[in-house]
Amino acid sequence: MEFTFSLCVGVLTSAGIYLMLRAQTFPVILGLTLLSYAVNMFLFASGRLTVNGAAIIGQSEQYADPLPQALVLTAIVIGFAMTAFVLILSLRARSDLGNDQVDGRELPPERTAVEEALADKIEKNKADLNEKHKRNKR
Amino acid sequence: MLQHLPVLPLLIPLLAGALLLMPPLTNGLRWQRLAGTLFSMLLLIATVALLLKVHNEGTLVYAVGEWNPPFGILLVADRLSTMMCVLTAFLLLCVQLFSSATEDQQGKFLHPLLMFQALGIQGAFLTGDIFNLFVFFEVLLIASYALLIHGGGPQKTLANVHYVTLNLAGSALFLFALGIIYGTFGTLNMADMQQRAAHIDANDVQLAKSGAMLLLVVFGLKSAMMPLHFWLPRAYAAAPAPVAALFAIMTKVGVYSLWRVHGTIFGDNAGELANIAQPWLWPLGWLTVVVGIIATLASKTLRELTANLVIVSIGSLLLMVALNTHEATSAALYYLVHSTLATALMFLLAGLIIQQRGKAEDRFVQSRPVNQPALLGGLFFLAALALIGMPPISGFIGKALMLKAALASEQAAWIWPPILIASLAALIMLSRSGGTLFWRTRGENSEATRAYPSQLTAVMLLMVSLPLMVVFAGTITEFTQMAADDLKQGITLITGGEDA
Repeated sequence: MEFTFSLCVGVLTSAGIYLMLRAQTFPVILGLTLLSYAVNMFLFASGRLTVNGAAIIGQSEQYADPLPQALVLTAIVIGFAMTAFVLILSLRARSDLGNDQVDGRELPPERTAVEEALADKIEKNKADLNEKHKRNKR
Repeated sequence: MLQHLPVLPLLIPLLAGALLLMPPLTNGLRWQRLAGTLFSMLLLIATVALLLKVHNEGTLVYAVGEWNPPFGILLVADRLSTMMCVLTAFLLLCVQLFSSATEDQQGKFLHPLLMFQALGIQGAFLTGDIFNLFVFFEVLLIASYALLIHGGGPQKTLANVHYVTLNLAGSALFLFALGIIYGTFGTLNMADMQQRAAHIDANDVQLAKSGAMLLLVVFGLKSAMMPLHFWLPRAYAAAPAPVAALFAIMTKVGVYSLWRVHGTIFGDNAGELANIAQPWLWPLGWLTVVVGIIATLASKTLRELTANLVIVSIGSLLLMVALNTHEATSAALYYLVHSTLATALMFLLAGLIIQQRGKAEDRFVQSRPVNQPALLGGLFFLAALALIGMPPISGFIGKALMLKAALASEQAAWIWPPILIASLAALIMLSRSGGTLFWRTRGENSEATRAYPSQLTAVMLLMVSLPLMVVFAGTITEFTQMAADDLKQGITLITGGEDA
């Protein structure tokens, strides 16, 4: 159980961090959400993992530590509010800045090789035309 | 009533913020302004009363809802935390007055948000439980997110996106650290932690160390320590002037937490965990000052310049935290109060200058003159003296005390140059910027905007507080020494330590 649990936390954290390093706001928010899930699970485990243990004394032989559960509850509530805020903020940023890049600057669109070649050809044709005009004037 | 004094600094802003959102007070800005000012005065009175009580009777411990430690959440009011509370309340009053002129018309709910911000800051200072510290951090952060974007505009939005994202990541790290600490210490009560730090199970020591280092990253992010400071200049330069002034104390919350956690809990008596942050704080604090100096010299607007000076002051404070001697702490406390007041004053002045310079705002470019050059120029001159650390004003005493405290340690040769060069850089940049802002003018000034009385009151309050810090320097340093004692002792002696 410990291995599965730690694997889950690890995968969630690394996915969260990867997404947070993206340049667009939406993946970043998703990353933050994944990270907060990982945090919640991690906090839950800080009272050590016990099976079949209620968090109430006297209900079962082994009882689970109730404090991490209270902490997770607090963390979930706060995480909710913060995610809502950051979502609205990024929508606002989308309309204020005109793009969804985290640093507010639109990257130039990437061109494929064909488009690149076409653009080159167009440029060349334009230059040729200009040349012709000049020659005609003379 | 009196035994509930320690909780009043939290209750007043909480209730005030809620009341300011309710009908009789939402009817008009005049009501909001009046009520906001009254509430912040009330808060100031309550915190001063608390300070006097704590000073005379020693540390007060308030178990919220009479849930005693180690189960309940404690509020601990010792000299250090109440001192910070008084500082916050005073700053809140000034900011409230200043924003009552124009800023509160640029968007909604400025006054309630200021109250909630104060609630979060006071809570972070007063709490005796490290998870509760996280909760109050979130309270002050969510208020600051909204305050930073107050008034709107692409620049503020962009700065806010970065600020919010970084701080959410910081909060996640904070929770990871708390999980580790609970797993190894078995408690989140700071007094309890301090007692148990020396007796951590040998298998858990490495884990506990990683928890402590994670906390260092979190507090470093809050206080704008060197590799984590990039958010600060942009955020502070984009924020409305009064908000930036209130933010002057936010970085200090990070330094305060460093003192509480890494200076005391993981302090000298923590066995294997003793002084775990020190080897990192040295170089990082030093680099923070150096980076701050370089950024200061490259600043393009007055607000950016002031924000970079905040980084310099944080770096100096971090060096003092790294020293962690009694003298260093007491000197740093004096400097902390001074630098908070002085930077807040400069941010407010930047607000006035922006208001009167029109399109050029506070950029260091030629533009039309300000309407009240003598008044603003004079105030700017005095504030600049304070920020640089020139003799007649409190900055000099603060820096001199810090340098003296550093002299006793072996690292004096490291600490002296950056602090002194920082003063030189501030001198160069502030005189250059003052010259540009007030003398390199062109064209006629428009007679439209003059400083409003409430703005001037706020600025004057801050302005007067700085020379007062010099006049009462003896009393204040005595007090900061006792506060440093309180910090060193920790809170074990007074709380129900026997439960641990």
